[in-house]
Amino acid sequence: MADYNRPLPLPTPETRHFWEGTRDGELRLQRCTACKESYFPPRPFCPACGSRAVEVYKASGKATLYSYIVNHRPRPDFGTEPHSIAVVTLAEGPRMMTNIVDCPQTPEALTLDMPLEVTFEKASDEISLPKFRPAKG
Amino acid sequence: MKQKTIAVVGAAETTEMGKIPDTSQLMLHADAALNAMADAGLTAKDIDGIATAGDSPVEVAHYLGITPTWVDGTSVGGCSFMLHVRHAAAAINEGLCNTVLITHAESGRSRVGARRFSRDPASLSGQFEVPFGITSPPTMFTIPALRYMKQHGVTEEDLAHVAVVQREWAAMNPRASFRDPITVDDVLNSKMIAWPFRMLMCCLVTDGGGALILTSAERAKDFPQKPVYILGTGESCETPMISQMEDFTSSKAFRVSGKKAFGEAGIKHADVDHLMIYDAFAHLPVYGLEDLGFCDKGEGAAFIRGGHTRPGGRLPLNTNGGGLSYMHSGMYGMYALQESVRQMRGIAPAQVPNAKISIAHGVGGMFAASGTIVFSNEAP
Repeated sequence: MADYNRPLPLPTPETRHFWEGTRDGELRLQRCTACKESYFPPRPFCPACGSRAVEVYKASGKATLYSYIVNHRPRPDFGTEPHSIAVVTLAEGPRMMTNIVDCPQTPEALTLDMPLEVTFEKASDEISLPKFRPAKG
Repeated sequence: MKQKTIAVVGAAETTEMGKIPDTSQLMLHADAALNAMADAGLTAKDIDGIATAGDSPVEVAHYLGITPTWVDGTSVGGCSFMLHVRHAAAAINEGLCNTVLITHAESGRSRVGARRFSRDPASLSGQFEVPFGITSPPTMFTIPALRYMKQHGVTEEDLAHVAVVQREWAAMNPRASFRDPITVDDVLNSKMIAWPFRMLMCCLVTDGGGALILTSAERAKDFPQKPVYILGTGESCETPMISQMEDFTSSKAFRVSGKKAFGEAGIKHADVDHLMIYDAFAHLPVYGLEDLGFCDKGEGAAFIRGGHTRPGGRLPLNTNGGGLSYMHSGMYGMYALQESVRQMRGIAPAQVPNAKISIAHGVGGMFAASGTIVFSNEAP
């Protein structure tokens, strides 16, 4: 963490709950209380029906691997090449970008639709990034 | 739009292409514009509409000495010029202006006077994508492909075939950056960039530009070049975040834009003699063939592998060599349009015999936006 010099998110008023959640070890999504749609990225209204009646809730942290690449290009600020850059489908429906961690960064180890679970990588006192690892059990 | 009411009467690329370290990006705009004006027999005083993307149309208009009554700075990535054509057609038909200049230029390789890429860390992409290591198109545009490949049983060899076929076209084009034939093995042995993508499945990074001049079809007959008429146009956008595409096996923006353009043009797929699909990466022509309706879902790669898009095939595709082999300065849509115009004028280096209808289909951002233009060389 001390030498973390990668690009970090700068939360806005509409996304602060998400980043406060990851800092506290929770993956927080939003859903519409009118049409029940869960959605991501955060915004204070429902992108499906336009209602402003939405709520923040703690997601299960479970996901499956939707698609990915294994980046081989140099990233001196990461220093972990080759590494995966993935999009996962959360159990609640929305998709998000992440990295798959705690497993070899190879096509053999990273199979589409594999079950995953969230883990949080502390990048600064304010920011922890949601990463995903193969689900245990 | 009304069919064949608007025509391209001037079209040109920059004098040089590839590596142009002694010319700024702004001058590349001007070089392409001056060439297009010469092509049309016009000067800056004759231009009353201006459009460009990436850079400001104000900058380009002022540099060239143009005083416009219509300005379009729509900037949605590499397909912006398709959208400019569409908007210009509507503007001319509405009487907002008479003669529109659309320019693209980018010192993509030499970066002389080029803007720096930066993503605001407070933007949605800056918060929810950039922290995970995406930096540029090779690590973004490529992400959906694996899902497509799994769903349709498409292999790395299939993607390699796209690059091989486009190199066949490039070999016929003296201005293409890469002209030496390549094999599937060459592609699969080229440097790994972002698995499953290797170097030869990714577009070039070069310097260059292009410009188009449009006016009413009525006036077009008085210009020195054979007019190229616009039959139909389409545009759309989906998401600024690749992770938020509705479906990784199909682009909604492609489907909406393509359907609109076909509808306006009133043509069937069998009517199309020549096709350009913006190929930033090898999977894009595959998505394009399917989302435009030329192939059923999952059939695009087999269609290319089967030789249907190569020289002599029934649907000549990316006949300049494409972004993979011809050139790609950053916003390739302009070069797809230029090749469609050359094919309709009958002057392309790899000319498709008797081609009467050509489509140029562009992508903007990473499946973020799309624009489609249907051209014809037959007079109204």
